[in-house]
Amino acid sequence: MKPNDVQTSTVEVLYFARLREIFGRDREQVELPGHVHSVAGLTEWLRSRGEPWQRELATGKPVRVAVNQEMAAPDTPVRHGDEVALFPPVTGG
Amino acid sequence: MTVRVQTEDFDAGAEMAAMRRSNPKIGAIASFVGVVRDINEGTQVAQMTLEHYPGMTEKALEQIVAQASTRWDIYDVLVVHRVGTLRPTDQIVLVVVASAHRGDAFQACEFLMDYLKTRAPFWKKETTPEGGRWVEARTADDAAAGRWS
Repeated sequence: MKPNDVQTSTVEVLYFARLREIFGRDREQVELPGHVHSVAGLTEWLRSRGEPWQRELATGKPVRVAVNQEMAAPDTPVRHGDEVALFPPVTGG
Repeated sequence: MTVRVQTEDFDAGAEMAAMRRSNPKIGAIASFVGVVRDINEGTQVAQMTLEHYPGMTEKALEQIVAQASTRWDIYDVLVVHRVGTLRPTDQIVLVVVASAHRGDAFQACEFLMDYLKTRAPFWKKETTPEGGRWVEARTADDAAAGRWS
């Protein structure tokens, strides 16, 4: 087994707008199991905590993700110490 | 090239005058001001609150400005976006673009607004008679941004 499959990683998860209100927090530090290495893995792990994450982060929900303040895709890597933000589609201007 | 996110109001005329005087090569200045309306989706809006992602929002705006600078021949860009609580008739956003001739300034200004609306992390929450509601992203805005790719 590779070392990074067993070591947990700590990431800072930020929530904005509607998600911030629904989750009742603007940020939290989460310790991810060693098999979580990507944005898709992180959202799957968050969903596994149950409601309201399960409902709000369900596949097909319009949730955007940024890793270290850059827009990310499901396969974008998530590493120890990263800042990961989850938010609805933007509505500025 | 300047990007600002602030709670304070802005003076578009003063900003344009400052840009105009900064470079005698400027022959055209195009600008856009976004304003809070008192109605949206058929419902009265008493006020709206704008939220952003400090750090990423500024970075995203700078990236959009950098893209405009590579696509058009422009001398200067100013983007000012307000956050916090705003009321109908308040100004939300200002984009000013200076170039030698109008074509570049017009197009870059429109591009900047289209990309800002779809890529910069800002979120609007409106206060209506039925309570607070988050503004939903519009597919028309995605279509507008898609014209430039």
